[in-house]
Amino acid sequence: MFSAGKPLPGYDPKTGVGGTSDFLTTRLDAMVAWARSNSLWPLPFATACCGIEFMSVVSSHYDLSRFGAEVVRFSPRQADLLIVAGTVTDKMAPVLRKIYLQMPEPKWVISMGVCASSGGFYRAYHVTQGIDEIIPVDVYVPGCPPTPEELMYGILELQRKIRSGELSRDGRSARLAAEKPA
Amino acid sequence: MSTVAAPPLSAPAERIRGLLSTTPLSDRVEVRDLDLPTLEVAPSDWPAVARFLRDDPGCRYDLFLDLAGVDNLKRKGQKTRFEAVVHLHSLPKNEHVRVKVLLPDGAPPALPTARDVWPAADWFEREAFDLCGFDFPGHPNLRRILCHDAFVGNALRKDYAPGQRWFATEEDMKMPAWSQETEARAGHFETQTLSIGPSHPATHGIVHLIARIDSERITRAETQIGYLHRCFEKMAETHTWNGVIPYTDRLNYVSAMINGVGYVRTVEKMLGVEIPERGILVRTILSEFSRIMDHCVNIGANLVDIGALTNFWYLYQPRETIYGLLEACCGARLTVSYVRVGGLAIDVPEDFVARCRALLESIPKFLSDVDRLVTNNRIVRNRLQGTGLVSKEQAVAWGLTGPMLRASGVPYDVRRARPYDFYDRFDWDVAVSTEGDNLARYLVRMEEMRQSLSIIRQAIEIFPEKGPVNSSDWHVVLPPKDAVYHDMESLIYHFKLIMEGIRVPRGERYEWIEAANGELGFYAISEGGGGPYRLKVRPPCFPMMAAFEKIIIGGTISDAIATLGTLNVIAGELDR
Repeated sequence: MFSAGKPLPGYDPKTGVGGTSDFLTTRLDAMVAWARSNSLWPLPFATACCGIEFMSVVSSHYDLSRFGAEVVRFSPRQADLLIVAGTVTDKMAPVLRKIYLQMPEPKWVISMGVCASSGGFYRAYHVTQGIDEIIPVDVYVPGCPPTPEELMYGILELQRKIRSGELSRDGRSARLAAEKPA
Repeated sequence: MSTVAAPPLSAPAERIRGLLSTTPLSDRVEVRDLDLPTLEVAPSDWPAVARFLRDDPGCRYDLFLDLAGVDNLKRKGQKTRFEAVVHLHSLPKNEHVRVKVLLPDGAPPALPTARDVWPAADWFEREAFDLCGFDFPGHPNLRRILCHDAFVGNALRKDYAPGQRWFATEEDMKMPAWSQETEARAGHFETQTLSIGPSHPATHGIVHLIARIDSERITRAETQIGYLHRCFEKMAETHTWNGVIPYTDRLNYVSAMINGVGYVRTVEKMLGVEIPERGILVRTILSEFSRIMDHCVNIGANLVDIGALTNFWYLYQPRETIYGLLEACCGARLTVSYVRVGGLAIDVPEDFVARCRALLESIPKFLSDVDRLVTNNRIVRNRLQGTGLVSKEQAVAWGLTGPMLRASGVPYDVRRARPYDFYDRFDWDVAVSTEGDNLARYLVRMEEMRQSLSIIRQAIEIFPEKGPVNSSDWHVVLPPKDAVYHDMESLIYHFKLIMEGIRVPRGERYEWIEAANGELGFYAISEGGGGPYRLKVRPPCFPMMAAFEKIIIGGTISDAIATLGTLNVIAGELDR
């Protein structure tokens, strides 16, 4: 990764010639990862209460655009970050899976709130006990619902993950995603 | 029916019995007096009783509120295993009544449909079919409504395990048969079926609209719901009375406080516990702020749908400031869990009144900004005026309540019709419009926000600076922590309340309040245990969503989107 801010040898502050203003060196994949991490286009799969807190996050007070992730897209074809905000029921699960499969690679998933992460306090006959039953998840954000700060922290963690070049899915979830649910 | 030893009935129950005695039904219907006048009928008499209750000039129960299926498997002293409990309201008489249709044992539970008497019964009957397995002969569209189509069994029966799941795949998602038919009519090559949702930006929460459009006009429509069916009622049966409160917050999560107040009021009435004035006023103030929040989001989202994005940011700002007040009170922004049976979780912060006053000063500015931007805006008028029309008769027949009903010219507001808490002590007006279109609903909501501000202003004037917010009945409310540490009796109360829950006397109760989008009722049955035996919510959204597919017929898709926004449907409450 290139370093910004610190003058390189050869830079003349009086004339502004040399140093950082001329060139930088980095790896292409690091450059791409940096760009991707700062221009996430989220698809809010807002099913329940967490969706209302997601609205707070994109509204003026918390303003998600500070982190480059405010371009909310409702078409899976145009999004690379799926934010699952709210409870996913067994009736909704096939829909969520289809939307995930429709998103182009590379794609990431944030599970916002305990319902999406584990079913939360709905240990019940119609509630999917965590969306990782059907799709892979990159970042889990706890809370019922998470405060806007928590979700923003989750997005920053995802950015860090993307920049570090980590693979976006662990093997277990990827295998689950490839299979049809029973 | 013996009249010898019958206890004296309340005036409404006595009146109904008197009216019934002139009909051939008199000796087959038992009139009892619980919290509401209660009629017990057999399924074969139900259609006649339904018509009597709706049409008799002394009854006129025209508003169908709720149908709850009850499984008495583990309940003592009941006549039959299954009963269908219907709640009705009479707008002319301003009264509620309950009808219990007792479904005889030994046969599959079935009762004739009441859909032709009250069209609102349609979806409620489908719900009872889905969750309790009741059959409704004569119902033309008796399919599962909340659970998915691959579901097996009836979840609200007492012998169904709360955690028993059934997986659904994409193949299990059934579209209505009519949507599959090819449209082969000559000259109508533009006829097609359009599927909107369940994940769609304009549906606000997850509902699925399937519409057949003939060039621009919708000729047939059907909404599918249940995508957020989180089993609230089954979860309530597995928790203690206080343990249900967090679940109620997640019914209408846009105005969570009001749900909690509605629920604990039901339990408090069953217990007969009184709340100090200060506690009630805190509930009222926060409920009215929640109503403002709810209307802000509703209007804002509706305006986004019709292309006016700016207003959403304007209207979200008061919401953020009200969040600040709620967070100061209880630590949570959205799902507050602030009420408890017998009072509140904790007292309000010291600067509560000052915070409320600051909000009262800041909120009107946002409302008037939006008012000036929107109300006379040409585009908004074109989109909202004359679209989504609901006549007065339709609104009543479809069981609508809240701003939807008031925008159609029926001034029914629970806060005025049956003033609970201190609503009769405040000077405020019920916002009513006679137009019945989308614009009327927008205007009613705008006016309700101003009225809510006025109520809060008056509540703050009489708000006692000091005093308890909780009842001092330690069979219901946790004793102060200090006392628990130092005195044996308090420790015992604390232990019993935490481990066993509140002992609510055996019985049943229907309590209703005015939520942000209509009459929110809770029908609770207690068997004397620490938690509810059965808890049925009367969700105001449910009849509205059922009416939606009828309102939009003949309009365009863009009208349908504008209409969906003014219904104020919250999926958490719709699907529970």
